[in-house]
Amino acid sequence: MAEERRPKQCTVVLPTESMKAMAESIGVGQLQEESCAALSEEVSYRIKDIAQDALKFMHHGKRCKLTTSDIDHALKLKNVEPLYGFQSQEFIPFRFASGGGRELHFYEEKEVDLSDIINTPLPRVPLDVSLKAHWFSIEGVQPAIPENPPPAPKEQQKTESTEPLKAVKPGQEEEGAIQKGQGATSAEAKGKKDGLMRMKPRSTHELSVEQQLYYKEITEACVGSCEAKRAEALQSIATDPGLYQMLPRFSTFISEGVRVNVVQNNLALLIYLMRMVKALMDNPTLYLEKYLHELIPAVVTCIVSKQLCLRPDVDNHWALRDFAARLMAQSCKTFSTTTNNIQSRITKTFTKSWLDDKTQWTTRYGCIAGLSELGPDVIKTLILPRLTVEGARIKAVSDGPVVSNIDKIGADHVQSLLLKHCASVIAKARPLPDNVEQYRADYGYLGPMLCSHVVKARAQAALQAQQVNRTTLTITQPRPTLTVSQSGIGGSGGSRTPSIIKVPSSLTLMSTRPGTPTQPSPPATKYIVMATSSGSSSTQQVITRTSSSVTSTVASATSTLQPLVKLESGGSGGLGGSRPLQKYIVVSLPSSSSLESKSGVLPPSSSASPILLEARIKVDCSDSPGASTQSPH
Amino acid sequence: MAAVQDGQLNLEVEKDIKTEITNDGSGNINASSSSPGSTSSGGKSKSPAGSGEDQQTLLAVLQFLKRNKLTESVDILRREAGLSADADDSPVSESAGAGSGGVPSVGADGGDANSLLSRVSIATPVAPPATAPPKVVAASGGEDQPDVNVVLSAYSQQGDPVLYPLYYNGLKKFIESVLDCHRAELSQVFYPLFVHMYLELVYNNHENEAKQFFEKFSGDQECYYEEDLRILSSMSKKEHMKGNETMLDFRTSKFVLRISRDSYQLLKRHLQERQNNQIWNIIQEHLYIDIFDGMPRSKSQIDAMSGSLAGEGKRDANKAKVFYGLLKEPEIEVPLDDEDEEAENEEGKPKKKKPKKDSMGSKSKKQDPNAPQQTRIPLPELKDSDKLDKIMNMKEATKKIRLGPDNLPSICFYSFLNAYQGLTAVDFTDDSSLIAGGFADSTVRVWSVTPKKLRRVKSAADLSNIDKESDDVLERIMDEKTASESKILYGHSGPVYGISFSPDRNYLLSSSEDGTVRLWSLQTFTCLVGYKGHNYPVWDTQFSPYGYYFISGGHDRVARLWATDHYQPLRMFAGHLADITCTRFHPNSNYVATGSADRTIRLWDVLTGNCVRILTGHKGPIHSLAFSPNGKFMASGATDGRVLLWDVGHGLMVGELKGHTDTIYALKFSRDGEILASGSMDNTVKLWDTLKAFDDVELDDFTAATGHIHLPENSQELLLGTYMTKSTPVIHLHFTRRNLLLAAGAYNP
Repeated sequence: MAEERRPKQCTVVLPTESMKAMAESIGVGQLQEESCAALSEEVSYRIKDIAQDALKFMHHGKRCKLTTSDIDHALKLKNVEPLYGFQSQEFIPFRFASGGGRELHFYEEKEVDLSDIINTPLPRVPLDVSLKAHWFSIEGVQPAIPENPPPAPKEQQKTESTEPLKAVKPGQEEEGAIQKGQGATSAEAKGKKDGLMRMKPRSTHELSVEQQLYYKEITEACVGSCEAKRAEALQSIATDPGLYQMLPRFSTFISEGVRVNVVQNNLALLIYLMRMVKALMDNPTLYLEKYLHELIPAVVTCIVSKQLCLRPDVDNHWALRDFAARLMAQSCKTFSTTTNNIQSRITKTFTKSWLDDKTQWTTRYGCIAGLSELGPDVIKTLILPRLTVEGARIKAVSDGPVVSNIDKIGADHVQSLLLKHCASVIAKARPLPDNVEQYRADYGYLGPMLCSHVVKARAQAALQAQQVNRTTLTITQPRPTLTVSQSGIGGSGGSRTPSIIKVPSSLTLMSTRPGTPTQPSPPATKYIVMATSSGSSSTQQVITRTSSSVTSTVASATSTLQPLVKLESGGSGGLGGSRPLQKYIVVSLPSSSSLESKSGVLPPSSSASPILLEARIKVDCSDSPGASTQSPH
Repeated sequence: MAAVQDGQLNLEVEKDIKTEITNDGSGNINASSSSPGSTSSGGKSKSPAGSGEDQQTLLAVLQFLKRNKLTESVDILRREAGLSADADDSPVSESAGAGSGGVPSVGADGGDANSLLSRVSIATPVAPPATAPPKVVAASGGEDQPDVNVVLSAYSQQGDPVLYPLYYNGLKKFIESVLDCHRAELSQVFYPLFVHMYLELVYNNHENEAKQFFEKFSGDQECYYEEDLRILSSMSKKEHMKGNETMLDFRTSKFVLRISRDSYQLLKRHLQERQNNQIWNIIQEHLYIDIFDGMPRSKSQIDAMSGSLAGEGKRDANKAKVFYGLLKEPEIEVPLDDEDEEAENEEGKPKKKKPKKDSMGSKSKKQDPNAPQQTRIPLPELKDSDKLDKIMNMKEATKKIRLGPDNLPSICFYSFLNAYQGLTAVDFTDDSSLIAGGFADSTVRVWSVTPKKLRRVKSAADLSNIDKESDDVLERIMDEKTASESKILYGHSGPVYGISFSPDRNYLLSSSEDGTVRLWSLQTFTCLVGYKGHNYPVWDTQFSPYGYYFISGGHDRVARLWATDHYQPLRMFAGHLADITCTRFHPNSNYVATGSADRTIRLWDVLTGNCVRILTGHKGPIHSLAFSPNGKFMASGATDGRVLLWDVGHGLMVGELKGHTDTIYALKFSRDGEILASGSMDNTVKLWDTLKAFDDVELDDFTAATGHIHLPENSQELLLGTYMTKSTPVIHLHFTRRNLLLAAGAYNP
């Protein structure tokens, strides 16, 4: 008799409410409770019956996904008219609605304007079926070509790294066999064998000649001068399945490269290396966890290092920091577990150096960028409470005596960064209306600017929502997914190109940001609010303050403001909104923070264990870039 | 319905079935499988009740025809049966009355399904004379035959519903308390008992009791019955029983159990002591207990064989002799001078003989003792082109690679790109020059995988212009303008589930959801014939290895044997209790194997139409079958991810290959039978050492006689290789003549 209990099978019936709802939908008003019960049982039985037949069609269609056509065929088998209009091969979007104490799932059928359909351009014709042959196995050995799966799947790489004893390498096995043959007689050999057992097993990474050549080509292309070649190389890193053996080399290459180039302030090379990190992370077949101790310090260095380029006032090292911060956030999302606690340790590192008063503006910028990329929750808990303090510091730089141009630029960047990231979060969290005075009261110096950004963000969100509504019609055209599958067996080939293009473009986009901060700002009463997006379309709004006190962080009621004009061009206001929710770790702020009342301060978190909080990543942000880093492992 | 007696059907019956099926659109298929059985056995039956029952069946058919307003058919049938108009009226009402008397409240419902139910129950009593073995009946000590009325009212006898769990529990306690050696055997009784008790409860409108009963005891049943239990569980009302095929299977067929004499005596004594009539009745009516003398079987032995919808095959069902040997190959002079490389040919000559002898065993003059007579079934004459092909085949065979554990085949994978999940069937020609694919969008596509393009024959007008005497006339009739790498064949109106090339590469068969099998010409790339008869989806079809004949099987549970030049089937093989999911010809073309969703494999004799083997052991619908090239063994793969190996001659399971995790859609033996390749939905191809598998099994006389075999647990040793695809389920495998393995599937991003 079978021991395991199976889930109960006979009790699943449709709820009677569904019957009522369906009856109402066809105009039968009051259905008796008993009729509903009887109906629902009958309907459930019929549905199960049809589903069973539909399964047959699925099996014979050699699929593992039931489609609507299977159901149609099953209905046909029973001499029932098939359901028309459910031809979607993918997911059927059922919508949920509740009200009047009832909950419903329904299939939304919008009224479609025929002229819209007629006017939309014809979709591309899907590619025809074609046949492609490849070698699947040659005399029992599967060749490592893109058509075949990677020789070592991620799982295997994981077991090799976590349980190296279990992974039997052909070389090691041989070694053991030889030893057994030789050392059967002598006790000395036996002892040696024991010693061998106790020794930490060394994993051997021997690269074939082809692999060595490949490594050389790839690394040269990645840091070389030819952009086209680099794109190809990065694409290869991001997609090739057989790279796991070269991974330690790449990892060392990157970490050493960052170490050297930070000292030499070679911004371009740092950017190239970060793009390599990105490509490695994009490769689905690599088990990167093993090399995080080299990669993360390199990335963090690129975020927070004091100096990344030779001429900090001209070069756009900010873009590199942004890019690296995004990488960091991505790796936190992918690799952070309860054991390694990467995210909490990173958060802590950033927070600590941010809170330090002596921190340079560049590092400050990096810390804030790194934190804000971690998601809206981190922004809400860690950045928003400190806006007042940070605002005061910015104000001090811009209003005070001109210390150095570099500081000024730094402060400007920090300001725009804060505005960019916080606005969207505030727009989500803060209820309307957006009162400038209230903002000033809550956020101090940055308040008014924040207010305008929030207004803009809200407007954009509304606009986007409208657009979504408007574009739903285009969804009904044949899906673009078809085009993705054109590339056939290349697998990720379809999505390959966009990811490559995206990287450089996002970098260049940021570097072309108008260089307004370099121009000396007019006397303290005037500020220029810029739309964060590039180009001439950004409108400028000059805000004149009649009376402003430098010292007070709380905006005074006496200050009169000209009404803000809405900025038209969209910044990146909606950025935070589209992001999926992230896990965030609360790190308590020091009590010196001037804001106790603003909901920011939380009791020390219990989620992060104290030991792990102790073990912090030391990242030297001031001098000796990337030198002393402790691995997370 | 036991299959032994459903055999070949004469044409009249066939016609009847057809009219029934065509008229009875919503009807259930069981009618077709039961009424021929009843008619044929009614004819055979010598019992005094025989003629009366025969008439009863006829009347039921008449009644049905009348209701469907088929007056013409009624007249014809009446004339042929020699019944007067009023003779049919009164007895029908009488029989209907009897039906409603025995089955209370059925009559009240009226309608189509009702008549089906009653018709089935009328048909049922005819079966026992042919099937009920005297042994059991004698052992039961009761009546010679189950009373007709009792079976008529299948579940109408009513015990106290409250007592059902008690009865079941009592038996459970008893079986748990018996000696270990008997427990496993007696435990087999649980499942059929459970099913029938549950159905009785449902039938008698004890819905709540049925539910409780189910909940209480369904967990005890073997896990491989899960599918059927799910179907049962959804059936909670008497109304549901109408037209439910699974239910009808349980009612019309007896669940077969094999129990040793000792265990059976124990059970019998227990039930008689306890006066447990309820259970005893069920055992008598719905179970067929096949008693054997000797040691009770162990749990693993039982588990290996059980799992099918209606229990194991009866022992005597597998007793018929099967001529599994191969037919003698016709002598063909191999011309020595057709190759320019004389030297190589000379060298190849002696080699050629050798593999031939090993693989086919038919090059020698004397006939294989296990082979059927050459003329047992008429086979088509060899044409010149066939002879040429045979010569090519032999030449290729000289270059064949000898496979083995140390010499694995190379595999070439053909991926169908942009198929959008629509690829449903694939076939290769024997010489591996063409690939055909059947698609869910009703199309059939043919590709040439050699540089030789596919060309169409010129139109009739153009053909009349060419010089018929010229040497290259075969070249000239082809239209160069139509040359392309692939051709699309349009004609079906539903997904194409089965596809098969003819051995001479001139034809292609395809079977589809639309209920037809189509024959396509690969010369003109047009449809030649649409074979109609199935009316329901046809899941599989295959050409005979000698061409001309083909077999098809589908949802209607009947496999049909056709000849390409007849629009009606030559044979109908009825007996499966669920969809026929795959069909394969034996290499000698004298037998046909069918796999079914009832989890059995049946082997049918093409000559007599009899079912000669019932092989049980799979726990899921069977989706692939393959014969070894020497015809001695068979492999089958099912949704449970296991491959089972069978000895065709003895009708025994000889191996179990575990390793796949999903449905196995493709199985193929290498050209010499040393290696079995299996392809599955789990995106892998696995290679198995079949020589070792067949060697490991020792067959003494006892196991051969009883079929109680100990299967060695050696799947891991037999597994020679596993190859993962990226994301391509493997749905077809083919060994080329040189033993290169070709695999095919649709890439599924």
